[in-house]
Amino acid sequence: MKVPSQCPARRMLLSGDEAVALAALDAGMQLGTGYPGTPSTEILEAFSTLGGRAQWAPNEKVALEVAIGVAFARGRALATMKHVGLNVAADPLFTAAYTGVTGALVIVSADDPGMASSQNEQDNRRYAVAAGVPMFEPADSQEAYDFTLRSVEVSERWGLPVLLRITMRVCHSKSVVVTPGYPVPPPRAAAFERNIAARVMIPAYARPAHRRLRGKLAEIARWNEAEGPTVMIEGNPALGVIVTGICYQHVREALPQASVCKPGMTYPLPIERMREFAARAGRCLVVEEGDPYLAGAAQAAGIAVETAPEVFRFGELNVARVRRMAARDQSPEPQPPAGKPPELCPSCPHRAVFTALRNLDCIVAGDIGCYSLGVLPPFEAMDTLVCMGAAIGVGLGMRHVLPPEQARRVVSVIGDSTFVHSGITGLVEMVYNPPPTGHVVLILDNGTTAMTGMQEHPGTGRTLDHQHTGKFVFEDVARSIGIRRVHVTDPTLEPAAFEALIKACLDSGELELIVARRDCLLAAGAIRRYEKANGPPR
Amino acid sequence: MDHHVEPVAQRQTQVTNIVVAGLGGQGVLKASDIIAGAAFLAGLDVKKSEVHGMSQRGGSVASDVRFGARVFSPMVSAGEADFLLVLDAGQIEVNRAILAPAGVLIEPGILSGRTLRSSKALNVALVGALSRRLDFSEELWTHSLRDNLPPKLLELNLQAFALGRDAAAASEPPA
Repeated sequence: MKVPSQCPARRMLLSGDEAVALAALDAGMQLGTGYPGTPSTEILEAFSTLGGRAQWAPNEKVALEVAIGVAFARGRALATMKHVGLNVAADPLFTAAYTGVTGALVIVSADDPGMASSQNEQDNRRYAVAAGVPMFEPADSQEAYDFTLRSVEVSERWGLPVLLRITMRVCHSKSVVVTPGYPVPPPRAAAFERNIAARVMIPAYARPAHRRLRGKLAEIARWNEAEGPTVMIEGNPALGVIVTGICYQHVREALPQASVCKPGMTYPLPIERMREFAARAGRCLVVEEGDPYLAGAAQAAGIAVETAPEVFRFGELNVARVRRMAARDQSPEPQPPAGKPPELCPSCPHRAVFTALRNLDCIVAGDIGCYSLGVLPPFEAMDTLVCMGAAIGVGLGMRHVLPPEQARRVVSVIGDSTFVHSGITGLVEMVYNPPPTGHVVLILDNGTTAMTGMQEHPGTGRTLDHQHTGKFVFEDVARSIGIRRVHVTDPTLEPAAFEALIKACLDSGELELIVARRDCLLAAGAIRRYEKANGPPR
Repeated sequence: MDHHVEPVAQRQTQVTNIVVAGLGGQGVLKASDIIAGAAFLAGLDVKKSEVHGMSQRGGSVASDVRFGARVFSPMVSAGEADFLLVLDAGQIEVNRAILAPAGVLIEPGILSGRTLRSSKALNVALVGALSRRLDFSEELWTHSLRDNLPPKLLELNLQAFALGRDAAAASEPPA
């Protein structure tokens, strides 16, 4: 991304992710942390490129905990993740709402309606309600920039974490951003202030903390009604549309004459403004991707709104679909012709692994990464995929109950970055509760977080900006927790020998770990460059 | 503070819709960056949108660029593309439905026998062909190419751009 340095006015063409990064820089955020996940990954990369301090964490839970620490120390922190990453970070999220923060804590949840690159299309607006944290939803890159700054302001003013809920289409669309946008005061110097009752959530302190939280949310709701970034467009009163996020753009184009109410802060909602708006409209339609979140809140408040048929709950919306919603058109939607599906690169080292697994007729508990493509032809060598790290637990569960002749065919397949993210505890489970037939775990170590675009992780021994740091060595960890049979091999060197190794592991009845190590073809050149530039590991 | 009231939008008659399509690795996103960059430098409102992620792995990729006085949705609707650039012949039929009835298809065949120094610059050659149809100066295109390409690849791509532009000029009916 190119950012002109001359102030005060800058005009740029930025993606939503780049706009969040620029706002984080302009807000003086002391730390950005997260775990790569489409469509959020570019935020921290851009923040680092711009000169911000950005780090990949082993997973989203750790990232959020580090960010909470920064904000406890009066700093400003950004934690970024894709929607399913917030599931991993949900535990600290809910209690950080009770403890509050002294500095600023902005959590980016990048949702993926339509599942361009995800295993589900959960609507994380529900998290704001469930945890009780304020939420902003930008509709383009300018709002991604402005709402990141507003999130800092709201976070510091009320001492609460703030959720910036952004969707794939905003993350990955470029649009014009003009800065300076929303003004925020400069950050304060980090300093520790002891406040045990506010920060230590034993029940005696958590009970009043919950009441404090509800009091803050009531104040924020009043602020949002009076001063929040709600866009009101006075069009034809016959049709009013309540809308948020990217759908606002589709509505403005599909229904140019409609009156529009677009809350920018969508938790707590400016419900009275929505009520007045709906009362003025002849017909009031709610347009939203995903769950009927706005519609449900409006109806619960006794506001008469028209909700969309169930079919619009699935996938992204666009101009054509908004036209259909407004026209109450329930005829079958035209399906775009299917393009060419993605596939493992020619000569990808994963190909050798899935060829062997298919030849051996393994039952494969799979995981999330490029190697998920092992499920597609010509391999079709993956039988389960649930969430990050699930390969090991799911494989063990099947081993526990399947008849022995089937149990002995079960293998767990997990990538290097995914193993760091949440495979380690699965390995501990394997040692602690071994199935009677043993188990075989394959770590497909291609030396990078390939699927999201070649990010570093603790197993590469390099930081987000590719500098040497402490290295997490899978085989050492496995041995140290009690797995005696650990094999490290390059699966591409001798395919027959690799297949024989898996066969021997399946037959042994023991706990076996195979680290199949070969750098991703797309990353190999860059890895050699980083290693040369860094010199010998420290 | 800023619960601003906006006037009702004028119907968007002045928005140009361009879709670039191809396969992962062909430079679809780079081509759309260059087009969006030119429109941006011309002072227009610009939006550019695509889906990436899984599609990086050799699958179909398409990127939408829209520009004009004011652009709302970043996505080009089916049947509304003024121009469709397709980098892989196998992707033409998959994407054809995006074209407006009077829309123009620009595909590798337009280069008709002209040889690129590097097949990797096909994306920029087709942008060069498109440039004949858009009202941006060559200087502005050069500026956008410089903004979007590493210096060591600039010369190669400037040549590819010129080659595509010449090919498009040659294929136009005589005035």
